[in-house]
Amino acid sequence: MLNEYRYCNMPFDIIADAVKAKFVDVSTSEFRDNRRLHVPPAQAYDVLKTLKEQYGFNMLFELTAADYLKYPNATDRFGVVYGLLNMTTGERIYVRTFLNEPDLTLPSTFSLWKGANWLEREVYDMYGIVFAGHPDLRRILLPEMFTSFPLRKDYPLRGRGERHNFPVITRAES
Amino acid sequence: MALMIPDVMLAPLNPLANWVRANSLWPMPFATACCGIELMATGASKHDIARFGAEVMRFSPRQCDLMIVAGRVVMKMLPVLQRIWMQMPEPKWCVSMGACASSGGVFDTYAVVQGIDRFIPVDMYVPGCPPRPEQLIQAIIDLQDKIKATGTLQGVEFGKRTEHMGPLANVEMPGDFAKSRRVSLN
Repeated sequence: MLNEYRYCNMPFDIIADAVKAKFVDVSTSEFRDNRRLHVPPAQAYDVLKTLKEQYGFNMLFELTAADYLKYPNATDRFGVVYGLLNMTTGERIYVRTFLNEPDLTLPSTFSLWKGANWLEREVYDMYGIVFAGHPDLRRILLPEMFTSFPLRKDYPLRGRGERHNFPVITRAES
Repeated sequence: MALMIPDVMLAPLNPLANWVRANSLWPMPFATACCGIELMATGASKHDIARFGAEVMRFSPRQCDLMIVAGRVVMKMLPVLQRIWMQMPEPKWCVSMGACASSGGVFDTYAVVQGIDRFIPVDMYVPGCPPRPEQLIQAIIDLQDKIKATGTLQGVEFGKRTEHMGPLANVEMPGDFAKSRRVSLN
């Protein structure tokens, strides 16, 4: 029974061809069972909406980013990765889009998947990528007074002194 | 031969007060990481810090006089730590348990405070990652010796210590980034 479900997946090629026919700038790549769509940021929302509404990817199981600063052969600075899951067939697909400074803005996918709320806040917290249309885009892990984006590669591992920027409580002895 | 006990004894009361303080330490378990597990083991039946009068773990800082910081303290937690320390009444002592609380341990990153003694006073440091319960018990015994060597019945010296204690003059609240004396955020 489980195998039947696996075999009734819509093949990745069909999805990829259909999306590529609709959105010209989309390209694909594949590594083992990791299927990816590479999408320009302007079309990211429309592609995700199509995948959700027409191909049944009803769950956003992951939303993360990577900083490709000083990465070998990288052409873009930030990569944002959406991991989508079709909960009926168990099929997974990754949508990747690349951003460059100064325009680090993507449309929020909160209107498609409610789970995007905290995921987008986390990506904003760590990389400073702004999700336009997000209902409540503020830091989720770091303190609100924090002003840097620590997972950027130009941010030093030990920080810029934030961790020791506190008042010192002393007393007469010890 | 019977022991001769006089009807009237003259003895200083300061050692008595210190003996009482040392043998009824009420810990505040500030456990944030795996050291907290060892702290629980220290309180449990096998190691049993009740043998040293320190078994009454209180989760209200108002009722504590020994803060055991067990685990790494991140920069978001440090204002909480300082506030809890300020809420504890004198006389009070602090044990920094484990490598992370004492020095940041292996977590030399932007978010982890490299030793709580940068920001609150510490009486005893316990090495280890995490320390064995025996080490924490040894720290408590050493702290008891320290307590027995200081302090008077009236406890006036603790009041003076309180006068010296507190945030710097230009800081209003623990965790006040804007008025802190360290480098500003950028």
